Amino acid sequence: MGFYHNPQSNYWMSATPLTLSARNLYRSSGQREIIRDVSLELQHGEVLGLLGHNGAGKSTTLQLLAGALLPQSGIIEICGHDLVRQPLQAKAHIGFLPEIPPLYREMRVDDYLIFAARLHRVMPAQIANCLTETKLRCGLQNSGNKIIGTLSKGYQQRVGIAQAIIHQPEVIILDEPTVGLDPSQIRDIRTLIRELGDAHSVILSTHLLNEVASICDRVEIIHHGRLVYGDSSERMQQYGHRPGFIVTLLAPPALAELQAISGVQQVEQLSATQFRILYAADTQPGAGPDPGTLLLGLAAQHGWQAKQLVPLQARLEDVFMQITQGE
Amino acid sequence: MILAIAHKEFRSLFATPSTWLILGGLQFIFAWFFLARLDAFLQVQAQLAQMANAPGATLAVAVPLFGTLALILMMIVPVFTMRLFAEERRNRTLALLMTAPVSGMHIVLGKFFGLMLFLLLIVASCTLMVSSLAAGTQLDTGLLLSNALGLLLLASSYAALGLYISSLTAQPLVAAITAIGALFGLWLLEVSAVDNDFAWRMLAPISHFQSFNVGLLNSVDMVYFIIFIVMLLLLTIRRIHNNRIYG
Repeated sequence: MGFYHNPQSNYWMSATPLTLSARNLYRSSGQREIIRDVSLELQHGEVLGLLGHNGAGKSTTLQLLAGALLPQSGIIEICGHDLVRQPLQAKAHIGFLPEIPPLYREMRVDDYLIFAARLHRVMPAQIANCLTETKLRCGLQNSGNKIIGTLSKGYQQRVGIAQAIIHQPEVIILDEPTVGLDPSQIRDIRTLIRELGDAHSVILSTHLLNEVASICDRVEIIHHGRLVYGDSSERMQQYGHRPGFIVTLLAPPALAELQAISGVQQVEQLSATQFRILYAADTQPGAGPDPGTLLLGLAAQHGWQAKQLVPLQARLEDVFMQITQGE
Repeated sequence: MILAIAHKEFRSLFATPSTWLILGGLQFIFAWFFLARLDAFLQVQAQLAQMANAPGATLAVAVPLFGTLALILMMIVPVFTMRLFAEERRNRTLALLMTAPVSGMHIVLGKFFGLMLFLLLIVASCTLMVSSLAAGTQLDTGLLLSNALGLLLLASSYAALGLYISSLTAQPLVAAITAIGALFGLWLLEVSAVDNDFAWRMLAPISHFQSFNVGLLNSVDMVYFIIFIVMLLLLTIRRIHNNRIYG
């Protein structure tokens, strides 16, 4: 994960070029608004996660960004080219993996990828190179001669990703890239996405929250067709989080004694030996003696037999629910 | 770009066994019909030889064979056109083409030419079979070529119609049945029209093919085919564009 971007501050300061910028996208189907007022920016070398419930408008947003659908209003620029006015120039910089990979089941993997490369205007002389490199990246070295329809779901997904990156696009758009894969395949594909994010820029949609934590630099949450939250994924994990810890004391004292420790706001007994201790809301980490340290000191003095002290982790699910329900 | 798409369509056609089956079946029908006509021609040849300006082998054998192929095309072209867009919609593969840096015109023309290459193969195989007569008799090359050209134009017009209908739906079978229905309707226009009902007959592609069939190269027929094909291809391009607007 290493670094993260704060869109507000980095936008003006950094020299990293914007590869994708969408402003005020709107699309409706009949009377129903699918997305409204969606504005996104993506920088070179960044992985942006688009998070939302089913039916929140994630796929529609990505289809608009990829040029599969036209927005009813709003502007999309890919590397400086307007997607609506100069579709061919703009689309040359996009690689898109839809929710269902667009695979011709009767074709061989190599033929399919060569076709994708030709469609994306890769020079004929470079096609062989691109093919070898892309297959290597996606772990398809030994699958070139196989018929796509006979591959397993995980391999088909890899071919789908290979199709999206074979022409080395600046912007890679992936719609739920890890759905339906087994854990080891998910890990492989996440590693691949992380690699791609360093050299290109990636925007991916997901409803898996740990995916956001493990690969995305930045998160946008979409809810009922509108963006309701956008920040770095590290900050999102801190959102609404109250510091505290769970402690196991084999010979626990009375609750009131724990309550009396300075900086502790609330103590809750989880079992005979486990306690959840929440810091007071205004406690700043690092300022003054930490309640955890105090408690361990007291435990040693009074022989409470402290066994384990686990800091509370904000659960992303809770964060997500808090954000989407707040709206 | 058009070439890349055409090449892919042509290759995909041969990836399914049904294509080979249909090609094989067609050869069988051609051969059967060809031999039957040839047999009939040989039986009456003695009488024909006594006539002044008697019909030759080309007129007696080749022309009816091409006429039959024109009818067969009506049934097999929709089988191939149904996949072009409807199957891509159903399998959700259209997204690849829609998000690639190619215009709607490239997509439609690519698919059209890919299929035409295949139909050219069918027309050529039929023409080759008839050409084997050259071993035993003098052939009327002009008549043969005008028939081949007419058949190609007829196949193009059927392909354009099938392509458009395929772009309207997400169900290949619906596309095939609708296209066969439409072609059958056009054929009925020609068959059912009374002799002086010129306007109705003008609408049907097959009545324009009939001039080619008798060796008549008429510019009106050419123009008809070109307008028919271009109009349907434009409609298809428009439909593909609308796909981005309406989803």
